[in-house]
Amino acid sequence: MAAALTLYRTTIGKKAVMAITGFIGYGFVILHMLGNLKIFEGAEGFNEYAHFLRTVGYPLVPERGLLWVVRIILLTAVILHITAAIQLTRIDWASRPKGYRQIRRKQATFAAMTLRWGGLAIFLFIVYHLAHLTFGLGIPNFGGHETAYQNVVASFSNPINVVIYIAGVGALGMHLYHGVWSMFQTLGLNGPRTDGLWRGLATLSGILLFLGFSAVPVAVFTGLVR
Amino acid sequence: MNLTLHVWRQKNPQSEGRFVTYQAKNIIPDMSFLEMLDVVNQELIMNGEEPIAFEHDCREGICGSCGMVINGYPHGGHRGTTACQLHMRHFKDGDTITIEPWRARAFPVMKDLIVDRSAFDRIIQAGGFISANTGAAQDANTILVPKQNAEAAMDAAACIGCGACVAACPNASAMLFTAAKIAHLGLLPQGQPERYTRVVRMVEQMDKEGFGGCTNIGECAAACPKEIPLDVIARMNRDLLVAKLKGVN
Ligand code: HEM
Ligand code: SF4
Ligand code: FES
Repeated sequence: MAAALTLYRTTIGKKAVMAITGFIGYGFVILHMLGNLKIFEGAEGFNEYAHFLRTVGYPLVPERGLLWVVRIILLTAVILHITAAIQLTRIDWASRPKGYRQIRRKQATFAAMTLRWGGLAIFLFIVYHLAHLTFGLGIPNFGGHETAYQNVVASFSNPINVVIYIAGVGALGMHLYHGVWSMFQTLGLNGPRTDGLWRGLATLSGILLFLGFSAVPVAVFTGLVR
Repeated sequence: MNLTLHVWRQKNPQSEGRFVTYQAKNIIPDMSFLEMLDVVNQELIMNGEEPIAFEHDCREGICGSCGMVINGYPHGGHRGTTACQLHMRHFKDGDTITIEPWRARAFPVMKDLIVDRSAFDRIIQAGGFISANTGAAQDANTILVPKQNAEAAMDAAACIGCGACVAACPNASAMLFTAAKIAHLGLLPQGQPERYTRVVRMVEQMDKEGFGGCTNIGECAAACPKEIPLDVIARMNRDLLVAKLKGVN
């Protein structure tokens, strides 16, 4: 226990927390994206899926039991991820009080250089996303999870929501384009032999998550799903 | 060839410092970057002015003292090249060159282009000793080192402590330097007894010196004149996590 606390005092320890919580988030967004694609099964299939998320494990566990377990894990992960992000950012920004007149980068990617701003964009998007599709803010005739499909259609019939959504998942794709490779490096699970593998996984994840998430608003907006 | 230089001049650690423009005249393309500065300094001395202070010793890429940011690149940005190994033939007649010291809180500017890199020495000191028997050296063949490890340890040991990794890092992080030092001992049998205490102490000191954290951007390895690979950092992270799991404090 003492070792875990002293680990967190180091910059590497804070990064390890970011990597593990980031990994939890990564797992979640993959499942979330796959779940969202059920929209293409039509209203019944999608609403059934929304219902399933609430009853999975029942009667072994109380109704919504597993849903709440997952929600608490995710909330904890997000809080830890952001706390460590803010602490590290403050350390990083303090490390060069006087900058260069001219500095040029040799290989840094846009995704790597904008991790913090991308993270902030994702945070704002999560707040909007929960307020909008979970709590119904700005959705006419919002019927909670019983009408999940209809809520999605109502939301994305408005181009503003489509634009915000695609920007949000774009930021997520960028974040993970660097983040997925980075988390293996941070946890020491990278080496000369695995580097290409994790780089490839990160690139693929960023692109597929962006496309998979975007498919839903695009389908609604173009009338493919209605 | 003739060049225009914008050089950072700063009297001492306390003073403000500013860029001053100089003309470098009659530079021969075969000169090294430091020889070009020598020519400029010679003229400054003749005119009774203070020469530009820069650090140098070996002038062959092995001592690590000649660090400076040249046109936005630590050591000038050529692969595997220190500033002293940089030839003037990479520049064109009439070019303008901006020359600045390393910028990091942990590397305060002493004078002009010279920074104090003692923070690196303190990181090394924090690593401590390796256990070795005194008396007659044992037969070299009794300690077996796998070829791959020997190579990787040698590659890591090539670090000359120049600080270009810190200078290039957007977070002014010293992870590549520290990780190189940890890897070169950690890969060898002689480094095993203190392997985990060493990583804990060195990382602790690295953080204490005020270097930034690592966001795995990779500019350090790209700037490193000894081409230390980024994977030494993954190795250091792994060693630190294992050390903490073992309860080393
Ligand atoms: C679903 C949401 C998110 C996922 C899946 C995610 C995932 C990740 C991953 C995998 C990493 C790499 C960790 C490493 O290098 O070891 C990372 C890094 C980072 N994330 Fe996130 N993240 C999310 C949301 C956020 C939010 C909301 C913020 C900020 C408000 C944020 C800020 C950062 C920062 C600053 C880093 C870089 C940390 C560093 O290298 O020092 N992320 N993220
Ligand atoms: S790792 Fe490379 S750039 Fe950093 S101090 Fe060592 S030789 Fe210089
Ligand atoms: S003067 Fe020794 S490395 Fe440049």
